[in-house]
Amino acid sequence: MNDTSAFIDVSEQKNLFISRVVIASVIATAMTLIIVARYFDLQISRHQDFVTHSDNNRVLMRPVSPPRGLIYDRNGQLLADNQPTYNLTLVRERSVDLEELLTSLKQLIHIPEKNIVQFRERQKRRKPYESTALKYNLTEEERSILAVNSYRLAGAEVSARLARHYPKAELFAHAVGYVGRINEAESRVVDSVAYSGTDSIGKTGIEKYYEQNLLGNVGNEHVETNARGRVMRSLSKVDPEAGESLTLHLDSHLQEAAHTALKDYRAALVAIEIKTGGILAMVSTPVFDPNLFVAGISQDNYSALLHSKDRPLFNRAIRGQYPPGSTIKPIFGVIGLQEQSISMDYRVDDPGFFTIEGVERPWRDHNSKRGGHGKDVDLARAIIESCDVYFYTMGLETGIDTLADYSELFGLGKITGVDIPGEQAGIMPTKMWKQQARGEPWFNGDTINASIGQGFMLATPLQLAVMTARLAARGNAVQPRLIKARNGVEEPPLTPANAIDIEPHYWDYVHQAMQDVVHAPRGTAFGIRKGMTYTMAGKTGTAQVISINADDEYDKTKIDQRQWDHALFIAFAPVEDPQIAIGLIVENGGHGSSTAAPVARLVIDEYMKTQTKPKLGQR
Amino acid sequence: MQSSDFVRQLQTPGGNVKVSKGVNLDYMLVMILLVLCVISLLVIYSATGQDTFYVKRQLIFMMAGFFIMSVFAQFPARIWERWAFVFYAGGVLSLAAVLLGGVEINGAQRWLDLGFTRLQPSELMKICVPLMISSYIAKQAIPPTFQHVVLAVVLIALPVFLVMRQPDLGTALLISVSGFLVLFLAGLKRGYLISAFVLALAALPSLWFFVMRDYQKQRVLTLLNPQDDKLGAGWNIIQSTTAIGSGGWYGKGWTHGTQSQLNFLPESHTDFIIAVLAEEFGLVGVLTLCGIYFLLMGRCLFIGINAPSMFGRLMAGSVAFTFFIFVFVNLSMVSGILPVVGAPLPLVSYGGTAIVTLFAGFGILMSVAADSKQR
Repeated sequence: MNDTSAFIDVSEQKNLFISRVVIASVIATAMTLIIVARYFDLQISRHQDFVTHSDNNRVLMRPVSPPRGLIYDRNGQLLADNQPTYNLTLVRERSVDLEELLTSLKQLIHIPEKNIVQFRERQKRRKPYESTALKYNLTEEERSILAVNSYRLAGAEVSARLARHYPKAELFAHAVGYVGRINEAESRVVDSVAYSGTDSIGKTGIEKYYEQNLLGNVGNEHVETNARGRVMRSLSKVDPEAGESLTLHLDSHLQEAAHTALKDYRAALVAIEIKTGGILAMVSTPVFDPNLFVAGISQDNYSALLHSKDRPLFNRAIRGQYPPGSTIKPIFGVIGLQEQSISMDYRVDDPGFFTIEGVERPWRDHNSKRGGHGKDVDLARAIIESCDVYFYTMGLETGIDTLADYSELFGLGKITGVDIPGEQAGIMPTKMWKQQARGEPWFNGDTINASIGQGFMLATPLQLAVMTARLAARGNAVQPRLIKARNGVEEPPLTPANAIDIEPHYWDYVHQAMQDVVHAPRGTAFGIRKGMTYTMAGKTGTAQVISINADDEYDKTKIDQRQWDHALFIAFAPVEDPQIAIGLIVENGGHGSSTAAPVARLVIDEYMKTQTKPKLGQR
Repeated sequence: MQSSDFVRQLQTPGGNVKVSKGVNLDYMLVMILLVLCVISLLVIYSATGQDTFYVKRQLIFMMAGFFIMSVFAQFPARIWERWAFVFYAGGVLSLAAVLLGGVEINGAQRWLDLGFTRLQPSELMKICVPLMISSYIAKQAIPPTFQHVVLAVVLIALPVFLVMRQPDLGTALLISVSGFLVLFLAGLKRGYLISAFVLALAALPSLWFFVMRDYQKQRVLTLLNPQDDKLGAGWNIIQSTTAIGSGGWYGKGWTHGTQSQLNFLPESHTDFIIAVLAEEFGLVGVLTLCGIYFLLMGRCLFIGINAPSMFGRLMAGSVAFTFFIFVFVNLSMVSGILPVVGAPLPLVSYGGTAIVTLFAGFGILMSVAADSKQR
């Protein structure tokens, strides 16, 4: 087996091995001595240095919160910023006795029992060296009391941090939304590193939708602290990156005009800039103060908001679903023309009611006194005077599915995709929809109801505004959105949805009729035209909350106010070159002409003012 | 013949043959290994924030290791000598597989995903290489001639190259050291030793400029002056020396090390575990551990010297000194006298492949031991 040419005696081989083992062992022993010397040096000779380093100077890495992105309106007015607030936080490890500390703190400043319970809850989930908040938003007085007594409050610390603040308070409560404390469910989902510097997160509105843009990147700081946890010095710092600042299309002037007019109602209004789809105003009343939510709303305040009959937390502008009523008539008019189920010369006689074969109960014309709109009602009159019977006829001629196909292009029955969360889709009924949703076949009576925007049909105020904008833009599929620019960089325009294919002169015809709603003496909104320096096209609507028998007159005085009809109005202006479109509803506001239309006038007046005077900052 | 011996021994328990148990195990080695395992579990428990997750996994690895060791110890040494090439080839193939489709962690591809567990083939090579070289050299002339030395160097270089590509320079160096140890123990002539030494010195600059990556160079530079880079690469060394230094003579007590418990120590349950032990058990703890390691080494050398075959001697001797090198490199790296390379503390650091590999090595050693007792 062995190579015999170099054969060495077995015992010689063994001796060679042993000598090598000895050499290696000597080297190994020497190396071991180096190790022992090194450990002796560290652990015994320089022991005190390292004890000091270890005990007195702990290097900690602390997250540094990025300032949350600011939110501006289109004129550069602040809608959301950050302001310093002072919180009382405790670190269990640094307190001598936590219970004693809590007792002495309670003697110094008012700490509600509820805070202490919450503190104990949160404390359980934290490590002993992590800080836990005990009280938020300390007053100046509380801060000075704590400062004076700080020598006997080891473990307690007053920390300043930036908190969200909404300078316009309730004005943009629904559109901008608010941030709040990260709750249990959210904390399981969010990236714990990204959120290590903050305990707030966007809960609604823009604040929620653009959370990732607004949040910013957390920074960190290595700090040396002494044994009691006081920061001795900062070793290095990676600066946080502020969140993106957002500029919205919203215009505080318009918003305020709408809000002032609507604040005593349950109402919602959306105004859209037609060229960009930018939302100029989004109001939902009643409102609440979003600042209440930032540091954690008190239970009492919250249940008051939550259980109010008026539902102030409910964003009616995107979530409220109402029958569009007669505001649907202009688009049904162009659809009927385009589908040639009616023509511009087509006329009906309106005796004030409408019957179809096999149904005993007649459909009333809601917008006329007994006797109806009379003979020879054409489409223009049917829009100007809001004649129901004309549309009953037209609806049956056109068919519900055709109406629905077009209506969807106008944005009805599906979400518009606006950039705030929680939008509702409304309902644009079809034969198939009814079969699926109700398990019943479609009747002609359903078409009749739908043709005046009643029955199953539901739309949000946002959808009404979008519908109006697309109508005003002659079928150009305007896409609504709030964001205008991020960090001063204009957002690229959205790729428009399919344009609506309708002959130009049909648009002209309906626009003219809508203009006459406001400007012609017989128009249902003629009351608002006084002193108007521009042309406005509009359409009133009234949505039934309860059904009234065909034979009975609707009489406000006899009905509980919460069952009054909803008042609706859609409008755009100027008619020659439409800039702004509005959809609005006043819950239980009675008739659209009296309650809703004047508000649209106020908002559009405000808009026209900004159009005529030169804009600030522009040459 | 071997099996009939076996049967005879079984039938005459307490006979005059020393190895009279049915199962061949070196009980002194077993005792030492058990003590190391207990230390390992205690320190891992403390290092992982008193969580039993890693402790349980490590215990499973240890039991698997003990099982494999017991099985390996039952084969006669010449089986290992004969099959060494198969292990070696398997190891090299799995290294190649890692490069082709390994799992990447922290930027280096070191693991093979076997479905139920992950395998780190570079750890396997720490035993497969000395096994291969021992088997090869033992068949040749002693001391080895030039052509055998060249072939042995090729056999060492192949896996070393593959490991370097992962990249894992530290493990690559350890593997080559374990291979060259065999050559040294086999009585490599002084001329070769000197030229190897000169070659190694000459290779250092090219290693620095062509092989080492920036982060590896950074580690070497950091070693020279950790204060320069307090929060980057220097952080680990500052924190580990602080942990070690603050331990003093007797340490802060089990689970009471502030450095390790407050997460200042990186990799506290794997490569840096000695810092936890030093912080919590002090210099006494470190010296005790070193003593246990010395006992282990001594036992291995004793087995080697008494081994009847050249293969047995080389295998036992190289396992002993390879083991020493691992311990030395780890203790130096954590205490800041060598750059930080990925070198676990043998049998104490958390890590499945390393544990099982070492136990397998001791299993082979026990079969060598059994050989010597029978003659």
